[in-house]
Amino acid sequence: MNIKDIRKHFTFYDHNKNLYYLDSAASALKLDLAIDKMTEYYHKSGVNIHRGNYELAFFTTKEYEEAREVIAKFINADSKEIIFTKGATQALNLVANSASLFVGSGDEIITTEQEHNSSILPWLNQADTLGFKPIYIPLDQEYRVTVENFKKVLTNKTKVVVINHVSNVLGYINPIKEITKLAHQKGAIVILDAAQSVPHMKIDVKDLGVDFLAFSGHKIFGPTGIGVLYGKKEQLEKLNVYEVGGEMVAKATKDQIIFQDVPYRFEAGTPPIGEAIGLAEAIKYVDELGFDETSKHIEKLRQKAVKALLEIKGVKVYNPNGEAGIVSFNISGVHPHDASSVFDEYGVCLRSGHHCASILTEVLGTPGGTLRASISIYNDDKDIDKLVEATKAAAVFFGRYEL
Amino acid sequence: MKLEDLYREVIMEHYKNPFNKGLLDDERYSKVNLLNPSCGDDVTVQVLVEENVITDVRHDGHGCSICCSSASVMSNALINKKVIDAKNIIEQYLIMLTGKEYNKDILKGEPIAYIGVSRFPARIRCASIAWKAMEEAIEEATHD
Repeated sequence: MNIKDIRKHFTFYDHNKNLYYLDSAASALKLDLAIDKMTEYYHKSGVNIHRGNYELAFFTTKEYEEAREVIAKFINADSKEIIFTKGATQALNLVANSASLFVGSGDEIITTEQEHNSSILPWLNQADTLGFKPIYIPLDQEYRVTVENFKKVLTNKTKVVVINHVSNVLGYINPIKEITKLAHQKGAIVILDAAQSVPHMKIDVKDLGVDFLAFSGHKIFGPTGIGVLYGKKEQLEKLNVYEVGGEMVAKATKDQIIFQDVPYRFEAGTPPIGEAIGLAEAIKYVDELGFDETSKHIEKLRQKAVKALLEIKGVKVYNPNGEAGIVSFNISGVHPHDASSVFDEYGVCLRSGHHCASILTEVLGTPGGTLRASISIYNDDKDIDKLVEATKAAAVFFGRYEL
Repeated sequence: MKLEDLYREVIMEHYKNPFNKGLLDDERYSKVNLLNPSCGDDVTVQVLVEENVITDVRHDGHGCSICCSSASVMSNALINKKVIDAKNIIEQYLIMLTGKEYNKDILKGEPIAYIGVSRFPARIRCASIAWKAMEEAIEEATHD
């Protein structure tokens, strides 16, 4: 795999020659193809969709709907099952907005301590008012979710399973297909936060069997402000409307509102048209690139990083056997935020802190969170070398204070 | 910009051996808690104001060295100061963190160690959180 060829698609590198970008789990770099497509929309069209009866509006509507089809095909869904949202967070909230349809007093939902706040908080926030209880799958010694431990908490009371596909802190790929099968046997629905998995592995919603799946555009080299909610058609049809307004109604009078069909009823107002079209370009690129080569490349760099980091005195890696290019670590006695300034000095962009996974921070026993390097398709050996060099420097710099 | 300019010796000393750390269960104190969600800084400060003088400052919580040490430095800088003087010191300290010209007659001594923070914009919040909590706590203590 030629990284130089990949980097040609990311103008970022022309502007940031001294940066070592290892924060793709927070937001991936943006593909020129996506940016150019967005620019083209804003330059050449910029008109609204689904409304105007002139040719340009018709053409732009077609592009927007084709973007929906590209995304549907990418995850093996039907285009009517794809809703454009402003991101994974909104997609997950859109489903949780109908929580009362799925779960009531005395019921249970199953989730994990790995969750990103956007996945679990929309549900936790309603636990008291709806009277349901959140149950956490016990994590194993490596902080992994296992099917065995899922079975231990799955009961007849379980109505909803809210779970991440790939942990944004640990990188583990959770056994979603098996979990979904078991959950469905109990009549529970499964909502999958796929924000971290969609950029890293081939997703087939039919194979996974999940009822809902959410991801963000900006983590798969697309623009910010756009995300996707997939839902099985029969499940989407159950959901309450999320926002009410323009374009999501078929008919509205003083006495009556008739909503549009799925998915349009969930896209009130003018959507992020350029972003949707741009995201489709990013996805076409990823689809063409495939995951076989990139996964191997990312895994090779991840192993190299883990090995080198573990050789540094005082460094603890929380997921030495992690996947999906994520390495979470700390330097003994050094708060991640202190260490982050050293990485900043070395031009290494990584994340320090809680990574929006507050519950996991408690489980890991790291009140200040961790340092997280996340590796993507455009990273190379130099990025990892710099990461290791900066980590050593941080260990030496703070080491002399004997913290 | 060198890291040594950010992590001055005095900062690391206060981080390792903080002054006035630990909260008191005493209703006479005003207490304010502030959080920094991105890095998990969690700082609580307490202040005792008697006859317009800050007679005691306490602090507790967890965070990075810049955050924790600045709470300790702040406590030493403000104890036994008149409320009006303390408010001025806080104001000048926060101005210094933004890299602007501050009043050197008002802000002196150990808090100056944080002058390098202005060059690390991502860390300004770390250095200011305890001081901002104190600003609120003093407001609360002198409100009625």
